[in-house]
Amino acid sequence: MSRLPITKTPKVYVGGAFIRSESARVYPLKDAAGEFYANIPQCTRKDLRNAVEAAAKAGPGWAKRTAYNRGQILYRLGEMIEARAGEMSGALILGGATPTAAAREVAASVDRLIYYAGWTDKYEQVLGNVNPVAAPYFNFTVTEPMGIIGVIAPDSAPLLALISLVAPAITSGNTVVALASTTQPYPAILLGEMLATSDLPGGVVNLLTGFRKEMIPTFATHTHLRALSGVVNAEERKNLALGAADSVKRTHLLKTEDKHDWFADTAQSVYAIRETLEFKTTWHPVGA
Amino acid sequence: MLARSPQAAIQRLFDEVGSVDQVGIEERVAKYGTRSIKKAAKLWGLKTAVSMVDLTTLEGKDTPGKVASLCQKALRPHDDPAIPQVAAVCVYPAMVRHARRALGSDTAVRIASVATAFPSGQAPLKTRLAEVKAAVADGADEIDMVINRGAFLAGEFGLMQDEIAAVMQACGSATLKVILEVSELETYDNIRAASFLAMRVIRPGDFIKTSTGKTSLNATLGNNQVMLEAIRDFYLDTGTSIAMKPAGGIRTAKQALTFLVAVKETLGDAWLNNARYRFGASSLLNDLLRQLEKESTGAYQAPYYFSEAAESY
Repeated sequence: MSRLPITKTPKVYVGGAFIRSESARVYPLKDAAGEFYANIPQCTRKDLRNAVEAAAKAGPGWAKRTAYNRGQILYRLGEMIEARAGEMSGALILGGATPTAAAREVAASVDRLIYYAGWTDKYEQVLGNVNPVAAPYFNFTVTEPMGIIGVIAPDSAPLLALISLVAPAITSGNTVVALASTTQPYPAILLGEMLATSDLPGGVVNLLTGFRKEMIPTFATHTHLRALSGVVNAEERKNLALGAADSVKRTHLLKTEDKHDWFADTAQSVYAIRETLEFKTTWHPVGA
Repeated sequence: MLARSPQAAIQRLFDEVGSVDQVGIEERVAKYGTRSIKKAAKLWGLKTAVSMVDLTTLEGKDTPGKVASLCQKALRPHDDPAIPQVAAVCVYPAMVRHARRALGSDTAVRIASVATAFPSGQAPLKTRLAEVKAAVADGADEIDMVINRGAFLAGEFGLMQDEIAAVMQACGSATLKVILEVSELETYDNIRAASFLAMRVIRPGDFIKTSTGKTSLNATLGNNQVMLEAIRDFYLDTGTSIAMKPAGGIRTAKQALTFLVAVKETLGDAWLNNARYRFGASSLLNDLLRQLEKESTGAYQAPYYFSEAAESY
């Protein structure tokens, strides 16, 4: 008996739920051969606003988890992707990657998560400090997560780059609102499904798809976003820098025109975690 | 059913004032959220909502200092002078004199106080009346009383109305707001009937109010709609304008605008001012200011810039 084709409706993962854009708009995604594959949500600034609200709700709970527990959950996310590696490779092949390159990118993405899972209860030892002072005080510096981080992912390495930008931010207890690659959004759609089964609380990572020019101005000006990281071109960089200056947010923006090797060992570092941390120094009297 | 039983008394009242089509009401209010209110209309709505807020603090941990800072916020909600003052502050009777000291005597911001053994109302009438008189003597301009829900549910409507009348007398010139506590009345029919009982006693310009904010279910669009329609029908019958105050559970600017849509489409422009419509709320003002700031700057705002509770995340 012949079956009707069952195709998946791509939805974005926001606040622990799978949603369409509030605008109800979509844009067509074509596979590498130019054939229509699916309609992708074309999210708007209002979707971004809603995602920020979701991230704000999830944030305090996520930051209060023990470092050990955050590590377990990041590791679990790695497990979820590993278990569905074939499906994820398919999403990358859809965008034109060879099967070998796709498998390599999925493996590297899992490894990146495991790398940051290991750092959750260790970065504080490396980045925090007991400071020598010339007075009877105990002086120490500890870190705190900044809050909600905006991530703008590039088109190259659509899975690995996205994870390389998101993972260091959530390692320390930040929450993330990320805009996936416009031309290759499908890996992010799948990643949402894996996030949903990974024990990561809903709202900690929120993934949006859509057009950069519609959302970058809001990433720039939204005062609830504490920092921005991503890969952007010169014009976007200027736009983001102006908005960030106005709303006093930290930016860590790589240039689209530079070549980034997301597979390299240098693409993962404890200093990537430092980009989204605030440091607090405390003086405490010593002795009686 | 015995003719003198509570059920019979309530049934006779329903026959007299009419009952409520529950499904119809809920269908109707579900549509209010779909109205598109943008730009100038939104700005007007947000400012009007600010001017209708009864800025409320009703907690056991209230202190004179907290009430004083609440009053400062009521007088000057935001540094933008185009944003109006709120309608009133709403405090417990013991805090009225502190609010009066903070606001001064020459101010448009009124002081409302929840007297009559708020929120349960379970105290002897003598005690409740004494509380009302004390609050008015301390400088309260408005008294929020709770009705005797037990009397209503037992069908003793005369007792319930007599108590409202007694409190009204104790108020003197102060405005009276009659809290029906809708969650304890349980059905829309009861809410409509209780609204009529209260409206027949109180003066033009006095309020009926949904709830205390101290129970699980507070002001909903449905409850609000039933009471607005009761006010409309009472006005068409008698020509007397009664004011309305939903309270509890209204936290966002979006909700407030939807409630204003309900007022506009049920009672019309005559009720779109703070003499005829109020919001009883503690955190609503922060969100209204946040959305007003968004309208003026174009940038979405973080809530911690507008809230005293400095949750920094």
